Amino acid sequence: MEFTTQHLTALLPLLVTGATAVVVMLAIAWKRHHGQTFLLSVLGLNLALLAIIPALGVTPLEVTPLLRIDSFAAYYSALIIAATLACLTLTHAYLGGASGKGYPGNREELYLLMLLACAGGIVLVSAQHLAGLFIGLELLSVPTYGLIAYAFFNRRSLEAGIKYMVLSAAGSAFLLFGMALLYAESGSLSFAAIGASLAAGAPAQLVQIGVGMMLVGLAFKLSLVPFHLWTPDVYEGAPAPVAAFLATASKVAVFAVLLRLYQISPAFADGWPGHLLSLLAVASILVGNLLALLQNNLKRLLGYSSIAHFGYLLIALIASKGIASEAIGVYLFTYVLTSLGAFGVITLMSTPYQGRDCDALFEYRGLFWRRPYLTAVLATMMLSLAGIPLTAGFIGKFYVVAAGVESQQWWLLGALILGSAIAVFYYLRVMVTLFLVEPSLQRRDAPLHWAQRAGGIMLLVVAGLTLLLGVYPQPLLAVAQNVGF
Amino acid sequence: MILPWLILIPFIGGLLCWQGERFGAVLTRWIALLSMTLLLGLGLWLWGSADFSLAPAPGAAPAWAYEFQTPWIARFGISIHLALDGLSVLMVVLTGLLGVLSVVCSWNEIQKRVGFFHLNLLWILSGVVGVFLAVDLFLFFFFWEVMLVPMYFLIALWGHSGSTGKSRINAATKFFIYTQASGLIMLVAILALVFVHFEQSGVLTFNYADLLQTELAPGTEYLLMLGFFIAFAVKFPVVPVHSWLPDAHAQAPTAGSVDLAGILLKTAAYGMIRFCLPLFPNASAEFAPIAMGLGVFAIVYGALAAFAQTDIKRLIAYSSVSHMGFILIAIYSGSLLALQGAVVQMLAHGLSAAALFILSGQLYERLHTRDFRAMGGLWGRMPWLPAISLFFAAAALGLPGTGNFVGEILVLLGTFQSQPWIAVLATSGLVLGSVYALCMIHRAYFGPAKADSALTGLDSRELAMVLGLAVLLILLGVYPQPVLDTSAASMQGVQQWLGAALSQLESAR
Repeated sequence: MEFTTQHLTALLPLLVTGATAVVVMLAIAWKRHHGQTFLLSVLGLNLALLAIIPALGVTPLEVTPLLRIDSFAAYYSALIIAATLACLTLTHAYLGGASGKGYPGNREELYLLMLLACAGGIVLVSAQHLAGLFIGLELLSVPTYGLIAYAFFNRRSLEAGIKYMVLSAAGSAFLLFGMALLYAESGSLSFAAIGASLAAGAPAQLVQIGVGMMLVGLAFKLSLVPFHLWTPDVYEGAPAPVAAFLATASKVAVFAVLLRLYQISPAFADGWPGHLLSLLAVASILVGNLLALLQNNLKRLLGYSSIAHFGYLLIALIASKGIASEAIGVYLFTYVLTSLGAFGVITLMSTPYQGRDCDALFEYRGLFWRRPYLTAVLATMMLSLAGIPLTAGFIGKFYVVAAGVESQQWWLLGALILGSAIAVFYYLRVMVTLFLVEPSLQRRDAPLHWAQRAGGIMLLVVAGLTLLLGVYPQPLLAVAQNVGF
Repeated sequence: MILPWLILIPFIGGLLCWQGERFGAVLTRWIALLSMTLLLGLGLWLWGSADFSLAPAPGAAPAWAYEFQTPWIARFGISIHLALDGLSVLMVVLTGLLGVLSVVCSWNEIQKRVGFFHLNLLWILSGVVGVFLAVDLFLFFFFWEVMLVPMYFLIALWGHSGSTGKSRINAATKFFIYTQASGLIMLVAILALVFVHFEQSGVLTFNYADLLQTELAPGTEYLLMLGFFIAFAVKFPVVPVHSWLPDAHAQAPTAGSVDLAGILLKTAAYGMIRFCLPLFPNASAEFAPIAMGLGVFAIVYGALAAFAQTDIKRLIAYSSVSHMGFILIAIYSGSLLALQGAVVQMLAHGLSAAALFILSGQLYERLHTRDFRAMGGLWGRMPWLPAISLFFAAAALGLPGTGNFVGEILVLLGTFQSQPWIAVLATSGLVLGSVYALCMIHRAYFGPAKADSALTGLDSRELAMVLGLAVLLILLGVYPQPVLDTSAASMQGVQQWLGAALSQLESAR
């Protein structure tokens, strides 16, 4: 096929992100400088974010058989790039200033790895072909191994990195096997062609097994129950900004591609793979929320809560008609916002890096009376995760419930209500801890001037946006409504 | 334009209180008092100035005394739609009045984090007023949920630890989970109703007036009605789902209890009258016997459970369960007289329960216990308080001359016409009510004294609050006509909805 400027324009966000990674790598090779690396990465990603605007002008467009740039890809790319940007600013605060305190090893490569993973995410959300899907997924996952184990002299971080690598590889193996089976039946790897060829005949046993295996592979990445065992450990072990990246950009990308696959290839909705998905949803909601009850570690708690949240999202995925894909767009946006806020507070509390992150719940006791605004941010995030009105999380939950009601998924909605009731308990537990009388124990705090640094400003913007969207969501809904293939 | 201000005044007042704390606690209290007085004044002015012969009724587009509408979330046809009729204005005035009282009664009780306390207190009232005014179902649900968070903080942060060692945080969490889970069931029902309406008319809207036109299949209607009913029943509270209430009351600070008993419970009754009956009249008619049965059970169970309590606030909490049972019966009786009685009972119970909680708060400030076993013989040890308690206990048991008597007798008379057996059974509540009310007085104020030292009497602030409430309660008892006139049109509309459905059901049998 011929490459025109149009194709290049459509690819621009991905190209800019890739170029940024190269430039950052060269700059590191030339001269190690923390601040400069940070600036270059942030600059590059901001350009990539801006590049989405011209790209939107030429959509929808097929660029090579692998990628299709449409408003769907643009929306999720923007979400991923923005989330990565937020994680980068958190990283900068987390690794510490130039003088003595802070992360002792080389700091610059973390930015490089995050940029690469971001590029993988963009490929993933634009994929319309199983090969594109696999390339994107690996480009997203492989740098993530390094990211999680970045604080490798901390045993937990290293353990988490290895754990993630092994399980992620296992997930990829499932995925590949599933793809092979699908290919054997349909003779094509493109989403649309698979869908068309399968729609023609009755779904064969082979296809269903293939689809089932692919679902298992993707469920590993999305940490759906029963493939969730890695999640709490990895969230706990990974440095806080990396955990934020895992919870947001990485999961959004995988979910977006699952949504595209699900919507284009009807094979995923038929027969027992459809029931499998419902089962995964109910199990994720219940198990995720129940296990979160037992946690005394904030990062583990957020890990379990993210399992539950992706269970809620599956409800909208299964609903799959009417406002379902819109609901997913809105829910993912609010979820990203909320997770960034929650992990952002943990990051700032652990800033600068001191070997162990500040993630035990007792370390947050009485925080309100020391850092009122930071606490207000975390409390807002907890309410948003619980889906209480005035926060963005409520709008997301409202949308998912609406999608469920529209397609009459009563059992799944029942699980959602039950799950939410359980979830309220542990979110409130975190929240009330923040406001209790402070202990006289030795404690760790965010730096006093946290709000004047990039990470802090980003956090305040996130909190402000969470509240604003909770009260006036119309702009987001208007955007999400126009997202399509 | 005046309706949004009813919600905004407490909201902004709360923010000012929070920031005003840096200039001292006294300023904070005055700001809170001022904004509540403003709310009460506005409510009274609306009551005096508007024509309340307009109210929603079947067969026509709902007419309101005041209305405010502005688009909000266009995607779903959601608008900020507020409206006022006779029922809501009475509830708003009650909210304003109890708002003033809850600020005044915590004047000395709350000494730490005063600004944040008043922020929560005022935001609760803001949410409650929102519930009473919203006629967009999404907006209604929004306010319904929004008032939980400040209430949670109020109980969890300023509450007392219970007499049995139960923690206030557990009580607050229990309250939150009960209401949140049942609220989500209502959300599902609301959305289902909206989508059914969407399929019929092609218009996606949450507007009350439009949704009233929805044609529902009988089975669907019943299920949706249940979704609403469960949410309201939890807040009401109807007996099988009431267990959060005594815990929350026992642990809450006085102001929290006043708001909880005085107005938060009324939001549930209001929701049933405003939404559950008009939206689902046929299903409600079918469900009425069950609801009334639950009401009778609540009356008897609440009274018996109240009798067994050793904690004075738990006793009052269970008595609330019993009194709310009358309201539940009245709502589902389909009689105009009973519905009018329910309105009077809502106001009277709001006043008397608030007064009893304020009195037990004052008792607690002096004795540092709420346990009857540590009381006894208080009549001789302090002036005023025991006598006033006796008055409100008498009001709670429905003594003629108080508003409670008017409310209960209207409910019973109205119900007797159509459901004599229900009325007869409910009357037992009056007998049992006098048992626990007198028992409370006896255990606390009579009998051998535990100590001889005199306790400080009520100061003018405390006296003014309870005497004011007493006067209002007597006024309501001897001249309830203004209240009845105000709510007449609204209740007539509701009665027509349910009455038509009931007679249809009757003829079908």
